[in-house]
Amino acid sequence: MQGNKRFRNFNIGTVWLWLGLFALLPQLALFLVSFLDRGEIDFFIPSFTLGNFKRLFDPAFVNIFLDSLYLASVSTIVCLLVGYPFAYLLARTSKRLRPWLLLLVVIPFWTNSLIRTYALIIILKTHGLINQLLLWLGIVDGPFSLMYTDIAVFLGLTYTLLPFMILPLYASIEKLDTRLLDAAKDLGAGTLRSFWHITLPLTSPGIVAGCILVFLPALGIFYVPEILGGATNMLLGTFIKNQFLVARDWPLGAASSILLTLILVLMALVYRMVNRKAAAADPLAPPRRRRRGRVA
Amino acid sequence: MKRKLGYTYVWAVYAFLYIPIIVVIIYSFNNARFSTEWKGFTLKWYDLLLKNQPLVDAALNSLLVAVCAATLATILGGMAALCIHRYRFTGKQLLHGSIYMLTISPDIVMGISLLIFFISINLELGFTTLLIAHITLCMPFVTLTILARLAAFNENLIEAARDLGATEVKSFLHVLLPITAPAVAAGWLLSFTLSMDDVLISFFVTGPSFEVLPLKIYSMVRHGVKPDINALSAITFSLTLVLVVLAQLLVRPGKKYRME
Amino acid sequence: MKNNGPILELRGVSKYYGSTAALHDINLEVENGEFLTLLGPSGCGKTTILRLFSGFESPSKGDVLLNGKVINDIVPEKRQLNTVFQNYALFPHMSVQDNVSFGLRMQKRPKAEINSRVQEVLRMVHLEDFATRMPAQLSGGQQQRVAIARAVVMNPMVLLLDEPFSALDFKLRKQMQFEIKHLQRQLGITFIFVTHDQEEAFAMSDRVVVMNQGYIEQSGSPQEIYEEPENLFVARFVGEINILEATILEVQEMGQYLADIDGVTFPLRTRREFAVGEKVLLLLRPEDLKVYRPHDEDLEGPHLYGRINETVYKGATVDLTITLTSGKKIQAAEFFNEDDADINYNRGERVAVNWVAGWEVVLDDAGE
Repeated sequence: MQGNKRFRNFNIGTVWLWLGLFALLPQLALFLVSFLDRGEIDFFIPSFTLGNFKRLFDPAFVNIFLDSLYLASVSTIVCLLVGYPFAYLLARTSKRLRPWLLLLVVIPFWTNSLIRTYALIIILKTHGLINQLLLWLGIVDGPFSLMYTDIAVFLGLTYTLLPFMILPLYASIEKLDTRLLDAAKDLGAGTLRSFWHITLPLTSPGIVAGCILVFLPALGIFYVPEILGGATNMLLGTFIKNQFLVARDWPLGAASSILLTLILVLMALVYRMVNRKAAAADPLAPPRRRRRGRVA
Repeated sequence: MKRKLGYTYVWAVYAFLYIPIIVVIIYSFNNARFSTEWKGFTLKWYDLLLKNQPLVDAALNSLLVAVCAATLATILGGMAALCIHRYRFTGKQLLHGSIYMLTISPDIVMGISLLIFFISINLELGFTTLLIAHITLCMPFVTLTILARLAAFNENLIEAARDLGATEVKSFLHVLLPITAPAVAAGWLLSFTLSMDDVLISFFVTGPSFEVLPLKIYSMVRHGVKPDINALSAITFSLTLVLVVLAQLLVRPGKKYRME
Repeated sequence: MKNNGPILELRGVSKYYGSTAALHDINLEVENGEFLTLLGPSGCGKTTILRLFSGFESPSKGDVLLNGKVINDIVPEKRQLNTVFQNYALFPHMSVQDNVSFGLRMQKRPKAEINSRVQEVLRMVHLEDFATRMPAQLSGGQQQRVAIARAVVMNPMVLLLDEPFSALDFKLRKQMQFEIKHLQRQLGITFIFVTHDQEEAFAMSDRVVVMNQGYIEQSGSPQEIYEEPENLFVARFVGEINILEATILEVQEMGQYLADIDGVTFPLRTRREFAVGEKVLLLLRPEDLKVYRPHDEDLEGPHLYGRINETVYKGATVDLTITLTSGKKIQAAEFFNEDDADINYNRGERVAVNWVAGWEVVLDDAGE
């Protein structure tokens, strides 16, 4: 018994120690630094200020923030619109085919995102694939580049993050009990209405999870807009990075990153709400199954 | 008709995901420095790549960190999964919640918070800091992967082992570990690729003394299309392909244990 | 206005999935207001029939008719039939109220009407206090009632029930059987019930259709099915049965025969026709068998001897396993009876067995 207890305590202790030291403590430090002044020699000095947060209301920063929100939102919506029907169709293919089709989604998910962003350059640049295709179709009549445009950034973010949207969507759609759709039909709901009343609400945890996994990185990945958008789009991720590596204004960088954390917390709360509703309503909820087991 | 439309759509999305990568791989064999036209087959870009010593060094560094980080993250993540699955203790909900939050928390925030932390405790940026950061990055994914597998099994398994006289440690070794082995392996592979792929965190927590591949690639890519990057991309992609298929094969056979 | 023909009908219906046939040329008429049960082992096609009626499947051959009209191509949402699904298929994200009102909301009925009708059916299934609960907060029995209420509120012409009690424990099952039967009388509409449990089928139905491997084996009242099985499958599927081999010795008049069983001559009675020398099978329910001690004075007529192999006390009966002198094992159920002799047999005890003449079912030997 003694050994068991020691094994258990060792496990719990190590896990907490690691997370406390390298996840929670750094977050706390980040939070604290956002309330400090920047120093001449040190990156920050221990004097309390709200100045960093005030500076977040500068029109220049507000613009950056709104631009970032815009780009991230549009990319998220595009991912959702492309990803949902895709995930739905995938979840409805034959059981034998499904793992392979899913594998094809997972491969890009695991592929280095820098490499994938780089691959887009070849497609988008002057004389690139799209350019040549449009030339051949006669839609344009000369070389042009999609690089360094908003479209390139949307494309880049969608391309990089689409698998992050598809996977949670697929998971929730596959879980959906198709008998519920039968029941809805039986009660007189047509295809559209059973989608609206049954499929959509029951897959909402997947939708929210997908949106979180796309929206947050879309705000933070500075290299996609930097590589595809050039210098035209200063986004939140780049801004934060610059405060740490270029401008050396760590407190301001910390304060602006608090914004990201706030958005994260907000989205996580939405997810919790949606998920709790769905979990409370899990179609083949374990309690019932367990009860049946006890009888048998 | 509807079905056909559906299939077309699915393949169109796959095309969107894969065409850029395939194009890069094709160009990596193209015997032309700037042109997008096909000028004949060559392996010289691969040769050039292998002669680029700093790049090879960075790749080896990355590999070292990825292997170490994946291994330690797997152990630590496995322990966390065990705690959550098996034990009842105060703060368990908090632990589970923190692990979830870590998986969705933006990398950039983790990067800068660790940077501040390391500077505050005067730890020099380099191998150690990068390793710590990558372990922290990967561990929650391992935990969730293993927990997902455990959820598919009867919760009384350990009780059954204990009932038959196995100690806590033994029931862990003989029951839980074999059952979760595929998930543990998949977790390791996922950690490995996460570490190899990471740009955002590496950016902040590694120093000039320890260069890693993604940062090298980043600085190369910023300067536009170059054929040796094509070659590098092709190699990276092939490596990923092997790893993913490996992970898939590892997780698969475990299905036969699953009971209804 | 009332149509006197069958309310639902299958005419020459076959259903194939790829090359395997789930149903073979089925003809079935369902009378208005009857409680019909489709009974059979899993995979026998009973659920397929239900799904043909509800519209989730369409026949590969033949027609499905509702009130005399072919409805093969009418989608489920347009059919005035409703289903109580196996495992209920309650919408997990909607309250009881929302689940039950779903169909009416799809029809865009006025709010007031919806509310009053939902109230009414919830009262009918004794769930008026649970309207705001979510399905996951209900017990299995309550979920079952919601599923019933959700279908009944639509005023269907026919209610289809697909193994609705499979997830309930024994006691609850009994209670729900009673309630469903009561509900059917109250509503006066046709119920088509699918189950693999013969006791359940007998307890509830006006008519039972026994199915096997895509064919209808027999259709009739529970009593007919139990007492006059038309073939061995039906006989074996509905309850315990003893099968004895016999040879016809003599054909008498009016369906009377003399037959040899293990060297003993018994009189047989059957509507079926047999010739002398033909081998036949005798089907006897355990409760039809009478067991005597060898020297019992009540023992009369031809009988077989055997030894008690096993006795199981069942409360109302004692179940006996008897090994006949031929070596064949048979089952007998003896009822406790105040003025009856002691029926506590010992293992190994010698007994004599016969049955009330005329209670046997005789089938030809090929009837497998």
